[in-house]
Amino acid sequence: MKELVNLFVTFAKIGSVTFGGGYAMLPVLQREFVEKRGWATDEELMDYFAIGQCTPGIIAVNVSTFIGNKRKGVIGGIVATLGFVFVPCILLMIIAACLNNFAELEIVKNAFAGIRVAVCVLILNAVERLWKKSIVNKMALFIFTVVFLLSLFTSISPAILVILAAIVGIVYFMARGGNQ
Amino acid sequence: MALLFQLFIRFFYVGLFSIGGGLATLPFLYDLSDTMGWFTHGDVANMIAIAESTPGAIGVNMASYAGYNVSGILGGISATVGLVAPSIIIILIIARILNKFKENKYVEAVFLGLRPASIAMIAAAGMSVVKIALINIDAFQQTGQLLDLFVIKGIILAIIIYVVEKKTHWHPILLIAISAVVGIVFQFGV
Repeated sequence: MKELVNLFVTFAKIGSVTFGGGYAMLPVLQREFVEKRGWATDEELMDYFAIGQCTPGIIAVNVSTFIGNKRKGVIGGIVATLGFVFVPCILLMIIAACLNNFAELEIVKNAFAGIRVAVCVLILNAVERLWKKSIVNKMALFIFTVVFLLSLFTSISPAILVILAAIVGIVYFMARGGNQ
Repeated sequence: MALLFQLFIRFFYVGLFSIGGGLATLPFLYDLSDTMGWFTHGDVANMIAIAESTPGAIGVNMASYAGYNVSGILGGISATVGLVAPSIIIILIIARILNKFKENKYVEAVFLGLRPASIAMIAAAGMSVVKIALINIDAFQQTGQLLDLFVIKGIILAIIIYVVEKKTHWHPILLIAISAVVGIVFQFGV
């Protein structure tokens, strides 16, 4: 029970600072789960994000369910996810009730322009760290380059990119006679 | 009661069919606006602005917002839980299957391909934030001066955050909070 409360609170904390899409949660996840608690590895986080991309639903929610489930089974998955949406859900209901011009407020605009700067630095830091662990050979570098350019300059669905990368991984593995 | 159930089911569909996260929910929200009339297309557009200025995923935020407008607090909760329910069910099933085949060499090979793709998409997402936060293409096009292409205040803050993070290893939440304050004090939104 204590562990479930802990899971809920941790995800509520992560949910309340995930600005600008699911990827923005990555630096906080690394700090809270990989470094501080040892509940997951960097590799597992990358796997969760990849799967979260090509399965239905919101990536951040998918990743939360994965980590919660790993920690505490089915109940853990549910608790982590509800924790993640807890603060935004309350906040949005408050905005709906009394602050419809929220996004137009000067102070909000200024704060978020500042936050976006932090978010891009933090995401790029996280990328730098994961790069060392995932770009281990030429195939990996090839996949990274192609997927990076395609997601930056085309509107191909991320789900398709993930599936293609999986196929390249398998083909490479078989071409090398089953050796990585 | 019937209305709460309807909110749950409708947002369950949105959660089930939007793949790729974030803006992938938008077409479904427009469709919901057309068929149910719970909110207007204008509300969805406002919501994009609000979602950019609140924590959490845009789909979740829209569900809470629309659910509350339709049927109060319980409405907000029903819609939000409906939206995340498909994710929970599907991911729990996938996690179970993955656990079974963890040692399988082919599954390992798939993940060796997936990890660089995953990190590439994260990098691309980071670049799109850079484009909003540190670069001002509109101002550049208006004046044609190269200096206007860069948001100087933002770039200075970015460099400071980068250095502080490397040196102190402060918690990301603290760095985000500091940036919010810096944004307000130095009027980053103007």
